[in-house]
Amino acid sequence: MTLFPFRFELLWTDALVWLLVAAIAGYAAYASARPHLRAPWSRVSRSASGIAAAVILATFVLAGLLDSVHYRPLLPPQDGKLAYATEVRSLLDRVLEPLRVKREKTYSAPLATHLYAKETLQLPDGREVREFPRLRHGGAHLKDPAADRAGDIALRGFRGLAVALLLWFTAAVALGAAVAQRSGIGIDAAWNDIWRGRTAVPWRAALGALAVLAVIAGPVVALAPHYHVFGTDKVGQDVLYQALKSIRTGMVIGTLATLVMLPFALVLGVMAGYFKGRVDDMIQYLYTTLSSIPGVLLIAAAVLMMQVYIENHAALFPTTEIRADVRLIALCVILGVTSWTGLCRLLRGETLKLRELEYIQAAHAFGVSHWRVMMRHVMPNVMHIVMIALVMDFSGLVLAEAVLSYVGVGVDPSMISFGTMINSARLEMAREPMVWWSLAAAFVFMLALVLAANIFADAVRDAFDPRLVRAGAAA
Amino acid sequence: MSGYILRRLIYGVFVLIGVNVLTFALFFFVNTPDDMARAQLGAKRVTPEAVEKWKLERGYHKPLFLNDKVSGFERVTETVFYDKSVKLFAFQFGESDQGRNIGYDISTRMWPSLAVQLPAFLIGLLVYISFALLMAFFRATVLDFWGVVLCVLMMSISTLFYIIGGQFIFGKLWNLVPISGYNGGFDAIKFLALPVLIGVISGIGGNARWYRTIFLEEINKDYVRTARAKGLSEARVLFRHVLQNAMIPILTGVVVVIPLLFMGALITESFFGIPGLGSYTIDAIGQQDFAIVRVMVFLGSVLYVIGLILTDLSYTLVDPRVRFS
Amino acid sequence: MSTKPLLRVRDLRTQIHGDGPPVRAVDGVSFDIAAGETFALVGESGCGKSMTALSLMRLLPDAATITGGVVELDGQNLLVLPESQMRDVRGRRVAMIFQEPGLSLNPVMTIGAQIAESVSRHTALSGAAVDARVIELLDAVRMPDAARRVNEYPFQLSGGMKQRVMIAMALACDPALLIADEPTTALDVTVQAQVLELLRDLQRSHGMAMLLITHDLGVVAQMAQQVAVMYAGEIIETGPVQTFFKGPAHPYSRKLFDSLPERAGRNRMLAAIPGAVPPLHRLFTGCRFAERCDRVLPHCAGTLPAWHVVGDEHEARCHLYAEVAAQTAPGAESTADQGAQIAARRAQDEGSGALLQVKDLQVYFPIRKGLLQRVSGHVRAVDGVTLDIFPGRTLGLVGESGCGKTTVGKGLLRLVAPTGGQVLLGGADFLALDRKALRARRRDVQIIFQDPYASLNPRVRIGDALEEGLLALGVGAGAADRQQRIDALLTEVGLSPDIKGRYPHEFSGGQRQRIAIARALSVEPQLIVCDEPTSALDVSVQAQILNLLKRLQREKGLAYLFISHNMSVIDYMADEVAVMYLGRIVEQGSVDDVLRAPRHPYTQSLLAAVPAADPQAARPVLRLAGDLPSPVNPPSGCHFHPRCAVAVTHCASVYPDAQRLSATHVARCHLCKQD
Repeated sequence: MTLFPFRFELLWTDALVWLLVAAIAGYAAYASARPHLRAPWSRVSRSASGIAAAVILATFVLAGLLDSVHYRPLLPPQDGKLAYATEVRSLLDRVLEPLRVKREKTYSAPLATHLYAKETLQLPDGREVREFPRLRHGGAHLKDPAADRAGDIALRGFRGLAVALLLWFTAAVALGAAVAQRSGIGIDAAWNDIWRGRTAVPWRAALGALAVLAVIAGPVVALAPHYHVFGTDKVGQDVLYQALKSIRTGMVIGTLATLVMLPFALVLGVMAGYFKGRVDDMIQYLYTTLSSIPGVLLIAAAVLMMQVYIENHAALFPTTEIRADVRLIALCVILGVTSWTGLCRLLRGETLKLRELEYIQAAHAFGVSHWRVMMRHVMPNVMHIVMIALVMDFSGLVLAEAVLSYVGVGVDPSMISFGTMINSARLEMAREPMVWWSLAAAFVFMLALVLAANIFADAVRDAFDPRLVRAGAAA
Repeated sequence: MSGYILRRLIYGVFVLIGVNVLTFALFFFVNTPDDMARAQLGAKRVTPEAVEKWKLERGYHKPLFLNDKVSGFERVTETVFYDKSVKLFAFQFGESDQGRNIGYDISTRMWPSLAVQLPAFLIGLLVYISFALLMAFFRATVLDFWGVVLCVLMMSISTLFYIIGGQFIFGKLWNLVPISGYNGGFDAIKFLALPVLIGVISGIGGNARWYRTIFLEEINKDYVRTARAKGLSEARVLFRHVLQNAMIPILTGVVVVIPLLFMGALITESFFGIPGLGSYTIDAIGQQDFAIVRVMVFLGSVLYVIGLILTDLSYTLVDPRVRFS
Repeated sequence: MSTKPLLRVRDLRTQIHGDGPPVRAVDGVSFDIAAGETFALVGESGCGKSMTALSLMRLLPDAATITGGVVELDGQNLLVLPESQMRDVRGRRVAMIFQEPGLSLNPVMTIGAQIAESVSRHTALSGAAVDARVIELLDAVRMPDAARRVNEYPFQLSGGMKQRVMIAMALACDPALLIADEPTTALDVTVQAQVLELLRDLQRSHGMAMLLITHDLGVVAQMAQQVAVMYAGEIIETGPVQTFFKGPAHPYSRKLFDSLPERAGRNRMLAAIPGAVPPLHRLFTGCRFAERCDRVLPHCAGTLPAWHVVGDEHEARCHLYAEVAAQTAPGAESTADQGAQIAARRAQDEGSGALLQVKDLQVYFPIRKGLLQRVSGHVRAVDGVTLDIFPGRTLGLVGESGCGKTTVGKGLLRLVAPTGGQVLLGGADFLALDRKALRARRRDVQIIFQDPYASLNPRVRIGDALEEGLLALGVGAGAADRQQRIDALLTEVGLSPDIKGRYPHEFSGGQRQRIAIARALSVEPQLIVCDEPTSALDVSVQAQILNLLKRLQREKGLAYLFISHNMSVIDYMADEVAVMYLGRIVEQGSVDDVLRAPRHPYTQSLLAAVPAADPQAARPVLRLAGDLPSPVNPPSGCHFHPRCAVAVTHCASVYPDAQRLSATHVARCHLCKQD
């Protein structure tokens, strides 16, 4: 098996993430052939804010998916034996290789050329001075940082911006051509329509979002190989790298926790509403009991127990990555198991209404079995609620991860996430002068992700059910 | 009506029994007391004797459900389940794994929690409803649009950043209030001002938007059209008719949290160093003190059940349909 | 109309903005209302009549805007008034009442406070004077025990009482014009009669003008002096009620009359209007009715018709009258030709044994109370109903809402679990069958529901919906045979088999009801329970469905249990009629027995309350006071005695036995004994 210089490593979360991707693809294929399923999505695509948010989200998803393909590289042969590294990497790590490996000694400010703390240095002539040492990587190519840094940054940033805008322009032209071909009008007319926002899908909004992305990402991409754009943290790791790695953690929690919760909510909610009587009483008791425990406490208790379990069964988890991954899955499961009650209650209410509807009565008049009535007549008609819950819960879960990790019941401390970033950076607020960039990076990335998710969720909710009120107070 | 409340009370007791069994299972079935002892002692100090000693000190040495070594009633009472779970119903919380009296800790620490939470809750409610009413009044105008945009933006920011930002601006930059700490008496105000303010601000986005949705839902109902057909002004329609009806769904979400105010806010208290139940819980989690976590879970459920009953009672105040049936 | 009108509406236009192009809901409407006069605006659902009313009040929903026209009240254009001045008009000079009294009152405010709000808004009264005025108003709308009722909440009142409160609120400042938007549509026929009479009396005593919006020609005939017919956003015919009812001019108005079951006579096919109302976002270049009109002329679709005088103050917007104006009004084609056949077939099936016998059917719903939720009583929705349904014949089951008629239908199909009794079908007790045997028997009895929108699953294709019964009951040999059957069924109900792959949202109410009929027919039942199958439909569509049901019965020998609150539909459809009151049948017999010679006082008042679509007809005399009592605690003795005008003392103590009045006619009334 030496065909490839690496070996794929399928972590549990990877498997679930790709399963989810496959499920979404399957659903898309299924829905595209059915007008009533397609209709709400085409309404989403007509919402300007929705489409702009989708562009931003797609960028995050791309980073998250790249970070969900793991492998172990082949080590250089030793003693004629082939071996793979014990460390698991992802495609995103590969892309960000320069950021990952260019470690400094400790803190450095964004785009700095020197460390943030004075150190005692030995000069060539043997004297010792205390000063800010040059960074090993950040701005290492500059001869005279004091004089050249500003110019170099401006030049590189500008070049990056120019390239990004060029790419954006190409994309825009291609889009114009596509629109023109689709609607059978001239390119000029198509451009005019896009520019004035007269296309059915508000491409103008999509292009706008893309332009914002290009303006920000262009210079960052151009500068990142030569500087630490967001500085470095205590152990000298690039903060931009951390922020990008955090995306996957947030995304996994935001999606998998809902995925875990879904079967409970769906099956129990529909059963309670459909059968009523004793079944309903039991299920209601179950979710009242569960929801009576304050969420954070229940999660904390469960996570504490999980920690003890992992500590006592260390043999089951050979590497740090696997341990962190299992912990992440367990966290998703715990979040899911503790949070199905809200959706369950909604679905129960909706099913209670549906079961009295006449098409279900008509099915009963034919002697159609309960199982079939539920699958065919109830489930498809509560799916819009499920869909809304899925997208609405995402941002709440991303925010919850940060809080839980701060409390110490979140992801494994070795796993990079927004929560761990904030947690480690928070203590540095008291330093003089302040180390603010870790927090700033976490803030910017989290805000962008959660805001885009919230806006997208709003568009989805409006498209699927404009009148559904959801008591969605995020944790 | 009283029969209904009594029934809810009994149901609440059943819920608490469920919670109790559930927590017991979570704490004693996933890991045995031996596992917990090993985790607490740390890998280096684990010896069979140390584990036994740890268990004995904390009362985990007894059998879980049935004690065969004793006879009579004690077969049931001399067990971990009786000591650690059943006694909770009598509010005998026992000692923490560190050996402190949990009941005493709770009774002293709940007041600082309440001192932060109650003002934040009341001011918050007032602010959110006013903000939401304002947006509903100017619905479908630029003001409403930007109000919603602001709400979505604000609800996309993690609580952690509100606290860190607030501490930085008010505490460090402007030096208005101490960054953290707590003191009894009137002195408390300067310590409480910032946590309360941040508590209110961090909730604006989600709550104001939610209340706005409720108001808009009501505004589209037929009785509002009737009120307008009488020639009433928009403000009177909003305050006299819409607000009163919208209070019913708002109460559902609001009243239930009132008892839980005693529990404090985990993050706020730990950031601001307020010696309340929130920071108590966080410390317990940090030290893996299972006894305290168990008690807090139970206490939270008790307060939630009380909240549910208060919610039922509050309906009778605002909804004549409940009052007269 | 030589005097200056009170309200003058000219070229009113209102658009609704949504996803697509704007919908012209009101498209150039003009009319005048004189002081003290009742002006009826008639039309089917979606024609824009309610939008017109809301436009006058400037109370349109957010998505709708008035785009043009003039609304003058006493010479003052309301459309240009600033909002604050318009508020002074609303409630004082123009008041309005709405269709759903249950939703139109604030649920958390006492009715007294709601009326008082209106009083103090527009008058100088305050304090005790307001309270006195509120009670005065409630007395004026004949609210019993007004002084006590002021402190009650809307949910404590019945529908009719709520509508009285609405009227009291509207009258608070003696408005010059009252707009009544379908004021009795949500009410039962007996309550409707009360409310209409109240409105008529109040109008006369207050001398106010009334704009009455309704779909019911009977209500128009009883109430109005002037009438205008609306179709697809515009008025197409207007005139005095007397001349209009004598000779409706526009082909659409004529069709409306011809599609009334009571006008046609039971042995004729009803006139139905083919097709559907055109979408209103379209720009019209010709007559809006052209594509559905049976008298269409070549230029109708291309040229907008002008108003033509067809009689004394009677005008119609129709090209026919440009040429034919002088001639006699064109007569409607007779649909009587099939009449003879139907009558002939009616006689046939007499005498054969009952297909389905319902014996003492009971459906009780438990009421749980107290700590342990013990059953403390029952809602006796159906309390001992006995019926025979014969093959090929229709049993009409009639009664007001809440009388239990729908529960009878569902109970005998076991869609709700009956508490007691028997349903004998082909010798076996349907209610005693176990799951498997029940399923086999389900082929024989099917059901059609009231709401065409709820009776089809929006997520299931038409073809799949029709296949469901075939699959569940194992009808048909293989997939190909099932598809063939489905094609045949769709053709049978007048739809194209091509629609199999489509979803319900593409179809109108009438089409959906056809699909629902096809679904019921799919398993070849012998009996179909028709639960108010046309109540949600407009009269012209109702006519289509009734015709279809009659044809199917003729061709397949189906039996129907036809449940309805609508006397004229029952009269048109049924061979036998049973009248239900509070879970029990009070009178049953052949349609002629029960509807022509009713003996039970309840049946008599029910029939009397129906407004006839004829202004000449005598106003109903025997009015029913009060509301339907609760089926939890039915009155002692004869359930009807508290509302009965002719009750004697022992009516209150003894429930009357069934009195056989003739071979076919049975009534449960103490007063029917001596016959």
